[in-house]
Amino acid sequence: MNLMSLVRRSLRQHALSSFVTIVSVGLAAGLTMSVFAINAQTYDAFTGGKVGFDAVLGARGSQLQLVLNTVFHLETSPGNIPWSLYKEISEDSRVTLAIPYAVGDNYQGYRIVGTTQEMFTKFTYREGQGFVLEPGGRVFDESKKEAILGNYVAEKLGLTVGSAFTPYHGLQFSEREQHEDEYTVVAIMEPTNGPSDRVLWIPIEGIYRMSGHVLRGAGKPMRARPGEVIAEENLEVSAVMLKLRNPQAGFLLNGQINQQGKVATLAWPIARVMAELFDRIGWVSRILTMVAYLIVVVAAGSILASIYNTMNERRREFAILRALGARRSTVFSAIVLEASTITTIGALLGFLVYGGILAAAFVIVRAQTGVVLDAFRFDHALWMTPVGMILLGALAGLVPAFKAYRTDVASNLTPLS
Amino acid sequence: MPPWLLDVTGLQKSFLSPEGESTLIVDVPRFQLAEGEQVAVRGASGSGKTTFLNLIAGILQADKGTIVLAGQTMTALSEGDRDRVRAKTIGYVFQNFNLLQGYTAIENVMLGMLFGSGVDRTRAQQLLERVGLSHRINYRPSQLSIGQQQRVAVARALANRPKLVLADEPTGNLDQRHAGEALELIREACRENGAALLLVSHDPAVLALFDRSEDLADLNQAAAAHAAAPVHTENRTAL
Repeated sequence: MNLMSLVRRSLRQHALSSFVTIVSVGLAAGLTMSVFAINAQTYDAFTGGKVGFDAVLGARGSQLQLVLNTVFHLETSPGNIPWSLYKEISEDSRVTLAIPYAVGDNYQGYRIVGTTQEMFTKFTYREGQGFVLEPGGRVFDESKKEAILGNYVAEKLGLTVGSAFTPYHGLQFSEREQHEDEYTVVAIMEPTNGPSDRVLWIPIEGIYRMSGHVLRGAGKPMRARPGEVIAEENLEVSAVMLKLRNPQAGFLLNGQINQQGKVATLAWPIARVMAELFDRIGWVSRILTMVAYLIVVVAAGSILASIYNTMNERRREFAILRALGARRSTVFSAIVLEASTITTIGALLGFLVYGGILAAAFVIVRAQTGVVLDAFRFDHALWMTPVGMILLGALAGLVPAFKAYRTDVASNLTPLS
Repeated sequence: MPPWLLDVTGLQKSFLSPEGESTLIVDVPRFQLAEGEQVAVRGASGSGKTTFLNLIAGILQADKGTIVLAGQTMTALSEGDRDRVRAKTIGYVFQNFNLLQGYTAIENVMLGMLFGSGVDRTRAQQLLERVGLSHRINYRPSQLSIGQQQRVAVARALANRPKLVLADEPTGNLDQRHAGEALELIREACRENGAALLLVSHDPAVLALFDRSEDLADLNQAAAAHAAAPVHTENRTAL
């Protein structure tokens, strides 16, 4: 039997209020850790520069819209640029890789991106790591109606190699907008844990020849007939994904395209563009953080209230302990220890809550953006929150502890009437 | 002169009434108790006997005078040091036993050890066996009869091998038969453990059992005046 035994006994004697307090602390800790961890991970995922491209060339307009549309497959396309611009930039010595994108179709709400084989043969989305196809798959033939599916979309739609699908027009799924062309899945990508997992990749030629598509590159509408060679002047691309030789190249191209030019927009560097987005929506994050802090304070208050409310009934208990030789500091410590124990158990429970929230956020964020959150990734909030809560709990325990400290022994030892 | 275990000299304690008047409750010029001695003090209700015991136990600080217990001047010690001396040197049997309801009999006894000699479950068990509760060690106070609770309180008072056991109306809540048994148990247990016993009671039958008994009215000079003019402050300390 020791001081901890007294604490354990007290928690058992006031089981309901202890339980409710522990749960509230657990929720507060879990929520706080989640807010910080999800914030940090989404920020890193969207601004960490791990998307594989250095810049995006697209129609004149918002850099942010361009990046969201092409890198994260969100938002609408700001418009098209001529094929000639793609050719020009791909031959620029400052550019090491230029891959055209054509967007505007979907299948069951998942985006279809028309591109070239280079996306699977030359592009690396992180250092030395290109897209890997699952065994049995191969890169599409650019002249055929073939598709490579991102891992997530294949899993969600239940499509495998050999499956066929018919695209729908537009970025939003509408049953009335179905094209006539049928595409065959020739490969499923290994997971990248990024936005590419949510994409159906087809040859860019397929976008041009999709039934109902009108090409306006030459200024007048043109519909490609089967087998007809499409003159380059008719072609347009939604964007060109660029890898640059060095940061200097980005600086020069930025000046040339964004400041001197009037035709196109270069989103560079992508991380800065996304950071601007986070700066713009930073208030949401700040509000969430404040709410989390508020919940922590409320939890601390509930610790204070739950222990303080037991003080009247426990005055006699403290008096007896004092009469048995316990010092004032001992009963004081017992209460602080009790508050700390509640927060410690609550903080441990908080990790379960954190795991639950992250699991839910994992599903939502992956479904919406393809970004995969990692519950086990270290974040300072994962130790600072529990430690902070334990300290705060101990602090909340000071008020009832002081009341216990001041318990008058003699008057509280009298027989109960 | 025997070696005094307890030597009280010029002890005074006053309390403030709600009106702010200071009322002298205890005024004991001299009281002594030898090691192993058993003394009964008769005190009517309101005579200051609980305050007297609380002063000796160091629960209350005296206004004046000295209390020397086992060579330590209690009145010169800080509150923390008095707590330490009380834990190690004194066993206290309260009229209403003051057992902690959430704890079993053996836990209540071990609780008595927690702040004193250190928790020794075997000794706690032996003490409960000694008071005839070997079959009730895991019972909570609410599951025990009044007499059994009394015995747990006795076992707890002896847990730290105290030199002095203070008993405040220990038979006040018991019927005559159980009171006699309990008293005998306390006295025997104190003898076996080499502890002196200072017992206060208003019951003449209890006093008759002791070789030495004193009247608090004689010891406490404030008691007479106090009895003549009852003070409201008694509520504070259950005099």
